[in-house]
Amino acid sequence: MAKEFFVKRYWKMLKRPVSVAFGLILLFGFGAGIIFWGGLHTGLEMTNTEEFCIGCHEMRDNVYEEYKTTVHYSNASGVRAECSDCHVPQEWGPKMVRKIQASKELWGKIAGTIDTREKFLDHRLEMASREWARMKENDSQECRNCHNFEFMDYSMQSNRAMDIHYQAQKNGDTCIDCHKGIAHELPDMSGVADWEG
Amino acid sequence: MRTRNSDFRVGLKGLLATLAVCMSMVSFQATAAPAGESSIRNNSDLTTDAPAEPMKKMVDTDVTFDRDFVEQPPLIPHDIRGYQVDKNVNKCLTCHSWKNAKKWKATRISITHFKDRDGNQLADVAPNRYFCLQCHVPQADTKPLIENKFKPVESLK
Repeated sequence: MAKEFFVKRYWKMLKRPVSVAFGLILLFGFGAGIIFWGGLHTGLEMTNTEEFCIGCHEMRDNVYEEYKTTVHYSNASGVRAECSDCHVPQEWGPKMVRKIQASKELWGKIAGTIDTREKFLDHRLEMASREWARMKENDSQECRNCHNFEFMDYSMQSNRAMDIHYQAQKNGDTCIDCHKGIAHELPDMSGVADWEG
Repeated sequence: MRTRNSDFRVGLKGLLATLAVCMSMVSFQATAAPAGESSIRNNSDLTTDAPAEPMKKMVDTDVTFDRDFVEQPPLIPHDIRGYQVDKNVNKCLTCHSWKNAKKWKATRISITHFKDRDGNQLADVAPNRYFCLQCHVPQADTKPLIENKFKPVESLK
């Protein structure tokens, strides 16, 4: 008798597996799923830590030093927003997109694109513009993970903050329209669209 | 040769105010630190650190301060923590420039700031007037360390 075509053979095996083997496959698949998914998640989370971000001197000596003087680092209520809270989306899809884009930054690290303060400053406008565009695009989602027009008690704000926030909410403005440079120093802003210098 | 701007010219009122300040300083020096009285440092020993005072809260009322003397640069009635003013950016001008003040309902900077130190009229803020905080400062909610009886001239009240 001619040997069965191997696809057919395997199909038969799959159609009528020995019950123990079937259970094993399921169990193995389930276990592997947990390990791989958990591993991916843990790995991703590891790259979201402040420690990881400032593992490179480019971040540690420039943006991190500036951020340490701001209200997002230290404030009355003791709530801190760290790097990833503002720079990495929380939702799965956008987070994956951002993480893949970040591989370009790894290349920058290897090539030494911003490995001195001078080079960093030369590139600051370009890098900041990218973040502003991203924030504008997603309606400042990373700001709104904590701050929200609807949750603001305007009466607790100073008069001018109350006025301006009220107007901004009415006009459909988004946080980053006004709050550029909230956690880092600004580059030369002449020529930046909708910056009112 | 005229070297100062006309807005810096000290008028009679300004002269009087300056005199008043000088007089009060003279009278203060005459009575300062008599024996047995504690200094504003609470007579703490110079070799030991006095306990630090709590930081004072910034005045953040948005209500403009009256001026106390002629040609006093107006004070800033709000918090300016983190406001960047350097060669790249001037955060003050994003609200207080002539272009933006109306939109933000902010006080416009004085038009005198458009003249450079040689008296040339420029189209925008002169470089020597760019660094706002050299003259304009915010205030902390605090009591003066020593009693001060200085009063603004009648015209400023």
